[in-house]
Amino acid sequence: MNAFILLLISVLWTGLKFPDPNMILDRVDQNMLSTTKILEGRMIVYGKRNTRIITFRSYSEGIHKSFTEYLTPAREAGTKMLKLKDNLWIYSPAADRIIQLSGHMLKQSVMGSDMSYEDMMEDRKMKDVYDATVTGEETVDGRKCWILELNAKVEDVAYEKMKIWVDQLRYVPLREELYAKSGQLLKRVVMSDVKRFGDRWYPTKINYKDVLKNGKGTDFIITRLQLGVKIDEYIFTKAALKK
Amino acid sequence: MKLALKLAYKNLIRAGLKTWLNALALSFAFVLIIFYNGMIDGWNNEARQDAIAWEYGTGHLRNAAYDPMDPFTIQDGHGVLPEQYREHLTPILVWQGTLYPHGRMMPVLIKGIEPGQTTVKIPSGVLKNSTAGYPVLLGRKMAESAGLKEGDQVLLRWRDRNGTFDAVEVTVAGIFETNVPFVDGGQVWIALNTLRKMTGLTDEATFFIADENYTPTPVDGWTFVDQKMLLKPVTNLINAKKYGAAFMYLLLLAIGLLVIFDTQAFSIFRRQKEIGTHIAMGMTRGEVIRMFTVEGAMYSIFAIILGGIYGAPLFIYLAKNGISFPVSGDTMGIIIAPTIYSIYSTALIVKTFLLLVISATLVSLLATRKIAGMNPVEALKGKAL
Repeated sequence: MNAFILLLISVLWTGLKFPDPNMILDRVDQNMLSTTKILEGRMIVYGKRNTRIITFRSYSEGIHKSFTEYLTPAREAGTKMLKLKDNLWIYSPAADRIIQLSGHMLKQSVMGSDMSYEDMMEDRKMKDVYDATVTGEETVDGRKCWILELNAKVEDVAYEKMKIWVDQLRYVPLREELYAKSGQLLKRVVMSDVKRFGDRWYPTKINYKDVLKNGKGTDFIITRLQLGVKIDEYIFTKAALKK
Repeated sequence: MKLALKLAYKNLIRAGLKTWLNALALSFAFVLIIFYNGMIDGWNNEARQDAIAWEYGTGHLRNAAYDPMDPFTIQDGHGVLPEQYREHLTPILVWQGTLYPHGRMMPVLIKGIEPGQTTVKIPSGVLKNSTAGYPVLLGRKMAESAGLKEGDQVLLRWRDRNGTFDAVEVTVAGIFETNVPFVDGGQVWIALNTLRKMTGLTDEATFFIADENYTPTPVDGWTFVDQKMLLKPVTNLINAKKYGAAFMYLLLLAIGLLVIFDTQAFSIFRRQKEIGTHIAMGMTRGEVIRMFTVEGAMYSIFAIILGGIYGAPLFIYLAKNGISFPVSGDTMGIIIAPTIYSIYSTALIVKTFLLLVISATLVSLLATRKIAGMNPVEALKGKAL
């Protein structure tokens, strides 16, 4: 009987202490997702022997449409990528061909980074595919964060389990850990340099790390971000890849 | 004809060293043709045997959506074969994954095989006897490129049938040695039921390997590819090498034939009086041409005898002890045993014999054509040419 009361109290205490996880995810989506987004930045790929810096410009509309153009170095300049829902096309100027990536090719890394093309294909809202619980609080980079544990509620999800550290005031995720079904940690995403863009907070430095691989991972640094701007519909067509 | 043969033989023997030098030049081509083709036939034979023993069995029953040449089909190219069709078939499930040896990322094909199977030589029994949680088998080449040895643990990541990532530490339970790179490089062999559990593909397979007692029966959604068809790429590749290298020994043969041509042309010039005498004594021009042609053709017979004398011990040695190559075939992606035992078939020897005799005869005929236009009186004077 005593044990039951203790359990009841702890459940009630946890419920009172931590906010509703779905509310947190909603606030994160409000912050991070925009109807349209134009982003410029650079990708720093830390290799064994050298470090490569690739600059890019990316357009996105909602979560299903995105278009990325690589600007430098000369070797990558002109390479473009178009993602429309479940389809991904890549245009290489050297070959002057548009290739649709699927199956095996999606497992390859994007420009030698720690991110694979299939990582880019995940575009559903977390709330739609995960059951979330707030499991605690922790300070990350001097910011107090809620720790959210997300467990998949649908079968066709890439990561069965995720852990997210969300800034308690700005509702920006500062760290993400992605786990395999077996519980093995697969990838770690660290977001920092959070800046204000209008009424939103947005991390301008994202480190994406495949923890199973050696190395420092890949940094994505945002140098320019425009939210809610009008994007020509033509951008999200295959014709734009060759333009 | 008997007279032509007799005269040709006497003339050649009388010519002494010159005859034997000509025959020696031609014999090199004869020995090289047999040596090279014997080696290629030996390679072909071993490659076919190895491919059958390690990979093909007597054929593959493939899921219709699966094409081994197209990795895009792995995702959907699998299914459940009805129980009644499974007799004499060994199921193989193919799935894609990523291995992380020593912090490196290696895309691999995970192949599920029944630990108790005996249809192919993959030592799958090791998987049954291992006490490790996830025992796997690797080919030597794969183990070397991943820097793994028996007993090592390495992380394997894959996506299940729904696309969800999963990862476990697998243990290298065994490393096998094979000449067939198609069951080695970039592949991880695991117990079939384990892979089925890992992927959620219950009772499914990508293809089945047939044993010698299997009788092909049409099954909806599955295609049977027989052994001959499976071996076609291996044979084609080896034949391509055969035809490519034919240039080398045909060049040598051409040199040998050129020597005969020169000798015969010179011989006709030198022996004009003899030719005139033959005609004056009643031989037709055709008979004289035949005599000289036989003489040229006889060089090839001498070359075969000479080649047989020094070539036979070499061939016997190579058939018994084989010829070893310092570079392993698996690095080139072809089936090649470390030692190739040459095979000299009767057909090969007869074909080479005919090639030499016919080509020598034709070349000799070309050289002796001039006799047809010779004036016998001028020939007797030695001024016909």
